[in-house]
Amino acid sequence: MSGIPHDHYEPTTSGEKWLHSRLPIIGLLYDTLMLPTPKNLNWMWIWGIVLTFCLVLQIITGIILVMHYTPHVDIAFASIEHIMRNVNGGHFIRYLHMNGASLFFVAVYAHIFRGLYYGSYKAPREVTWIIGMLIYLLMMGTAFMGYVLPWGQMSFWGATVITGLFGAIPFIGEPIQTWLLGGPAVDNATLNRFFSLHYLMPFLIAGLVIVHIWAFHTTGNNNPTGVEVRRTSKAEAEKDTLPFWPYFVMKDLFALAVIFCVFFAIVGFMPNYLGHPDNYIEANALATPAHIVPEWYFLPFYAILRAFTAEVWVVQLASFVTGGIIDAKFFGVLAMFGAIAVMALAPWLDTSSVRSGRYRPMFKWYFLLLVIDFVALTWLGAMPAEEPYATFSLIASAYWFAYFLVILPLLGIIEKPNTPPSTIEEDFEAHYGKSKSTEVLGNIAPTPAE
Amino acid sequence: MIRQVTFAAISTLSLTATAAFSAGDGKQYIEDFAFSFEGPFGTFDQAQLQRGLKVYTEVCSACHGLRYVPLRTLSDEGGPHFTEAQVRVYSSDNFEIFDAELDDYREATPTDNFPVNNSVGAPDLSLMAKARAGFHGPYGTGISQLVNGMGGPEYIASLLTGYTGEEKEEAGVTLYENTAFPGGWISMAPPLYGEDVDYDDGHSNDLHDEAVDVSAFLMWTAEPKMMDRQYTGFVGVLILALLSVLLYFTNKRIWAPVKYKGSV
Repeated sequence: MSGIPHDHYEPTTSGEKWLHSRLPIIGLLYDTLMLPTPKNLNWMWIWGIVLTFCLVLQIITGIILVMHYTPHVDIAFASIEHIMRNVNGGHFIRYLHMNGASLFFVAVYAHIFRGLYYGSYKAPREVTWIIGMLIYLLMMGTAFMGYVLPWGQMSFWGATVITGLFGAIPFIGEPIQTWLLGGPAVDNATLNRFFSLHYLMPFLIAGLVIVHIWAFHTTGNNNPTGVEVRRTSKAEAEKDTLPFWPYFVMKDLFALAVIFCVFFAIVGFMPNYLGHPDNYIEANALATPAHIVPEWYFLPFYAILRAFTAEVWVVQLASFVTGGIIDAKFFGVLAMFGAIAVMALAPWLDTSSVRSGRYRPMFKWYFLLLVIDFVALTWLGAMPAEEPYATFSLIASAYWFAYFLVILPLLGIIEKPNTPPSTIEEDFEAHYGKSKSTEVLGNIAPTPAE
Repeated sequence: MIRQVTFAAISTLSLTATAAFSAGDGKQYIEDFAFSFEGPFGTFDQAQLQRGLKVYTEVCSACHGLRYVPLRTLSDEGGPHFTEAQVRVYSSDNFEIFDAELDDYREATPTDNFPVNNSVGAPDLSLMAKARAGFHGPYGTGISQLVNGMGGPEYIASLLTGYTGEEKEEAGVTLYENTAFPGGWISMAPPLYGEDVDYDDGHSNDLHDEAVDVSAFLMWTAEPKMMDRQYTGFVGVLILALLSVLLYFTNKRIWAPVKYKGSV
């Protein structure tokens, strides 16, 4: 399966041979677990495992919650309170599920930005990247629909606003919105279909995750140098790699345990910190909350959605050119989805011959600015739509698009990259090799094994 | 109607500027009352919850319900922790429930919830302490809530003690000035003046104490499993911290021969 030469599973006992000739499942597991992995992976390569665990956690807690939840507008809110008060351990399971969504998005953003910095999206890993983006879109859909289920004020008005985005599409928008909602407004039909889809989509995500893993097991992992594993012989490949088990499994499990420490502290001691108080008020179609704010993980794109008002010249130009078909509202929707689309197109927008940002002196600074930009957009999404935040949002949104559409293509041409090490082994030796360990590690105090 | 509201909300939200965010936020004053249940190891004060229940029963329950709170939970550990007999007496003495099977009202039993009360349109109080945030910002960063908590019970106590005594009439409704209420004017008349409720334990019953006691009680009705949750969280963190340490050394051991070639 993998292009990196390595040992494959050979059945030894007669029982194994019997099974292997009928279903080579042990071989599949062996090859998956023993995958040659670049030995210089750093701590930013742990997020994949964290994400896998998040998905499992959400599915398990979700299945339990469904046993006690009732998707009907009259009793959905009450059934959540039933879970919180009467179901054994229900309060903790619900808080795990609620905050699990936040952990999921923390991890996915770290994972995405890791990929953006180290050029993991570049050839030959474009398919892995695109599948990842699809998973991210499905995650957003799942999280959004899940937030509607408690049927609080934010659930209801969030659903109203987000489905309203589809209503902004010219000509066909309104019928699409009605079709999505199952009626003219958010109501029982909406709640039921969101519930159904919220249960379905995690399994679609699980399927895509398998394909995502399959894709990068075929190309091999990227690594901090961006240099490919040598594949000419098994001996050379073994100098660049270590098997996934036990080296990376143990490393990832350690990282996972540390992250779950923090996660359990949040669930145990401040489970509502990331939520919104208004969602403890039952949905009321006649009372619009003063602040309708999406969950934190949607805020960057919400800021982009709101940034393009009718006063912005680009919007006015678009409106003029299209004869008013693209109004400010529709422009905002296009910008929001466009912000994700340009990210998905990164493999074809990045023209640099060097993969990893580590060896790109100019790229580093633009990337740092992109991270700051993302944090700023998150913050701006939560702020009121008034000055000076509106102008800041516009600048921040403009940088997001400029990074992908202008900076990435141009940098490849004007930047003079540094020379990456010729092999992964060389990079690893420079950090951990015995000869240099004392000077490189310095005060980290290497512990010599007795 | 719904369609109109929907449309208004969409346009408010998506693209047009709105003043909704700023309404009243600047003027609101929320005092940071000290509660026993604050912080990761905070606990509910059982005597305080019992006093708070008395304030609720004698004052608040005239207009407000607690529809999601089962009466039997009054005997829960980590709550007011009355005896089951006390809860039976309390339920039958104070509340009547409409029983669909009898097609008539009957005395409440511990298996019922507190009754719904929407006679004057007052909001249900079951979740009030989680449905309001007293602390915000600064500048949308959420740091205040990280340090001080969400501020739900503080909001309730500030509201109950925040009446200035000013009144005005608007469209036939009397509004009372309140320093904690968003916008500054609330339609609820001052419910507590101090010494309204005689506490069984002889505790001081001035306005401040009554307000704080009933706020603590409402925090319990909103989050009855708080102490359970904190305990579970604490044990979880402890076990995971131990696991982290073990995995740290396991990982180090596994990598040692690879990282320092020849030294093993």
